[in-house]
Amino acid sequence: MTVRATYGEAIRLGFEYLMERYSNVFCIGQGLWSPWYVGNSMTDLDHKFGRHRVIDTPVSELACTGAAVGASLCGYRAIVIHPRMDFMVLAADPIINQAAKWSHMLGGQAAPAVTVRAIINRGGEQGAQHSQALHSWFAHIPGLRVVMPATVQDARDLLISAVLCDDPVMYIDDRWLYDLSEDLPDVVERDLRSEKPRVLRSGKDVTLVGSSYSTLLCQQAAVELEKQGIDAEVIDLRVLNPLDTTSVVESVAKTGRLVAVDGGWRTAGLAGEVIARVSESLGRFKSRPIRVTLPDAPAPTSKPLEAIYYPDSQRVIEAVQETLAVAR
Amino acid sequence: MTDVSVTRASDLGGLANPARPLSPIDVGAYDDATLRHFLTLLFRIRFAEEKVGELVERGLAKAPCHLGIGQEAVAVGVSAALNARDRVFGGHRSHSHYLALGGDVYKLLAEVLGKLDGTSRGMGGSMHLYGRELGFYGSVPLVGATIPLAVGAGIAAQMEGQGAVGVCYFGDGATEEGVFHESMNLASAMRLPVLFVCENNLFSSHLDINLRQPSDRIGRYGDAHVVNTRSVDGNDTVAVAKAANELVTHARNGGGPGLLEAVTFRHRGHVGPKEDIDVGVRRRQSDIDAWKRVDPIPRLISALRDANRMTAGEIAQLEQSVRKEIDEAATRAEAAAYPEERALLDLVYIGGASK
Ligand SMILES: Cc1ncc(C[n+]2csc(CCOP(=O)(O)OP(=O)(O)O)c2C)c(N)n1
Ligand SMILES: [Mg+2]
Repeated sequence: MTVRATYGEAIRLGFEYLMERYSNVFCIGQGLWSPWYVGNSMTDLDHKFGRHRVIDTPVSELACTGAAVGASLCGYRAIVIHPRMDFMVLAADPIINQAAKWSHMLGGQAAPAVTVRAIINRGGEQGAQHSQALHSWFAHIPGLRVVMPATVQDARDLLISAVLCDDPVMYIDDRWLYDLSEDLPDVVERDLRSEKPRVLRSGKDVTLVGSSYSTLLCQQAAVELEKQGIDAEVIDLRVLNPLDTTSVVESVAKTGRLVAVDGGWRTAGLAGEVIARVSESLGRFKSRPIRVTLPDAPAPTSKPLEAIYYPDSQRVIEAVQETLAVAR
Repeated sequence: MTDVSVTRASDLGGLANPARPLSPIDVGAYDDATLRHFLTLLFRIRFAEEKVGELVERGLAKAPCHLGIGQEAVAVGVSAALNARDRVFGGHRSHSHYLALGGDVYKLLAEVLGKLDGTSRGMGGSMHLYGRELGFYGSVPLVGATIPLAVGAGIAAQMEGQGAVGVCYFGDGATEEGVFHESMNLASAMRLPVLFVCENNLFSSHLDINLRQPSDRIGRYGDAHVVNTRSVDGNDTVAVAKAANELVTHARNGGGPGLLEAVTFRHRGHVGPKEDIDVGVRRRQSDIDAWKRVDPIPRLISALRDANRMTAGEIAQLEQSVRKEIDEAATRAEAAAYPEERALLDLVYIGGASK
């Protein structure tokens, strides 16, 4: 039976599925008893499952994340929620130095099956400390799986796969996607280890690669490009770490052109990683690959500066036109 | 709508109870000019923040604005103990901290609107203020972030040996971050000249302090870290000024850091101009009504009148002239220019264009 849901509601469905079926799942994080902090993605879960399993916390990102890691070493599948990724920086140690290292450093005998949910919440002239998309940073860490749903179904299903995975997983959702809506099939539990990037649209002229909101930009650009007679293939990365770019390489082998789109900064970022991997595999492109990213600057607050800061689908279209302008 | 309520005995006793019997504010220790200055600042902060609320309601200020209406006495009292060499840091709710040091309303409102003339040249908005010329070294919305920065200002002051202090304002919520405790310990171990000012408004966004901590008295952390501590009525400008002065004087003389807990309450919700809502959670109207009864401004006004320090006419005139100043500043700020687009890249590194 299918159910119509928005991206925000789909996340909530994922939580509901997990908490109904797995008594060892609990949620901890700031604002979980407020309807604003996490949008509509956890509405009333505290009432449905009790405030002992949906815990609103003091302003203590470090302790709450460390505690989630600790409980996960003791048989629980804790989900620690960071309503804003910027504030999660205070919890870097339990994520990077602890959760991500435990398996390897202790001989593969123990790993916290913790899920760290981080929300990207930008725009609205909120500025430098309330806007960051730090996924590339975390994707750099071996031992930490990183997923970023772009679609409504993935919003639900990747959450479920993340929580049921025995490794620590960072699940990153983006408030700009919350209003997307889709018909969802019943849940099928999937092993996160076999989840890979997905071709969302096939095309022969150019390969567009995105993740999360950037995937949406790629899809919007593809629709416009089709009107101009350009046939774009869109690949959604979904799982940033470990990153498997096999399908991207295959796609670029076919199209010869690559535009990598990312909502993070340019330098040492995800878009550069995608281009590097494809370049390592393919000797030849029809034109040089292009990345569309944020400029290497913090988010501004002033209206006209914010207006030029975030890439939009037009920027993706222009990048595609640039790759095509070069001799075919 | 979710209701988050709690009942527990208060370790703060009367300070957390706005329905307590009030003793009148004792203005005896201050001269007329100082008291007039206090009232001017209280008016300026209150009306400027009401103006910010209007700018939000009109859709002109989009970024989150956290209003401290009801809490003005804390910054006014603390600033009275400071001088031009001291260095002050704030947080997300810092309009009052900036203005109480003599900050310019036009610059504040221009910043709130993202204009070039703002305190941070339009790059920061309400949550990122700056005023080095006043000793205001910056406010940022990452909770607790500036607490260790003020400790650093304490190290600088100790090295300089000129008797300056580092000051940080933060809320009760910020004491739940580990960095608060590390900072208190460091400052105490090094006997640094630092004033930690906790505006304990008994809430962190929608959560009552009793849902977050086993006691509502932040002063207990001062005991734990062996820091001189005063817990005072944060709605009594004079009580705050006296306690801040004691702690600052002690710190200037090498006595080590001080923790000032000023117990107060914000009339508005956590963010934005509305009274009845904290991040989607309904507030208790009875709390708001009770705390308005101990509003710092009418309390200072009645003390001034009872002590024959200002007449009703003088007070009304002062109020009117501050309102006029704010209205004019707002009109100018609305008309002011935005920063140029090139600022986006030019300002990433100090001193000019980045590549
Ligand atoms: C590190 C960090 N965590 C969480 C937040 C979200 N946040 C902003 S203000 C605030 C409440 C802080 O409460 P308190 O320190 O008591 O200050 P008040 O708002 O009461 O003035 C929270 C949780 C943040 N800005 N930074
Ligand atoms: Mg507070």
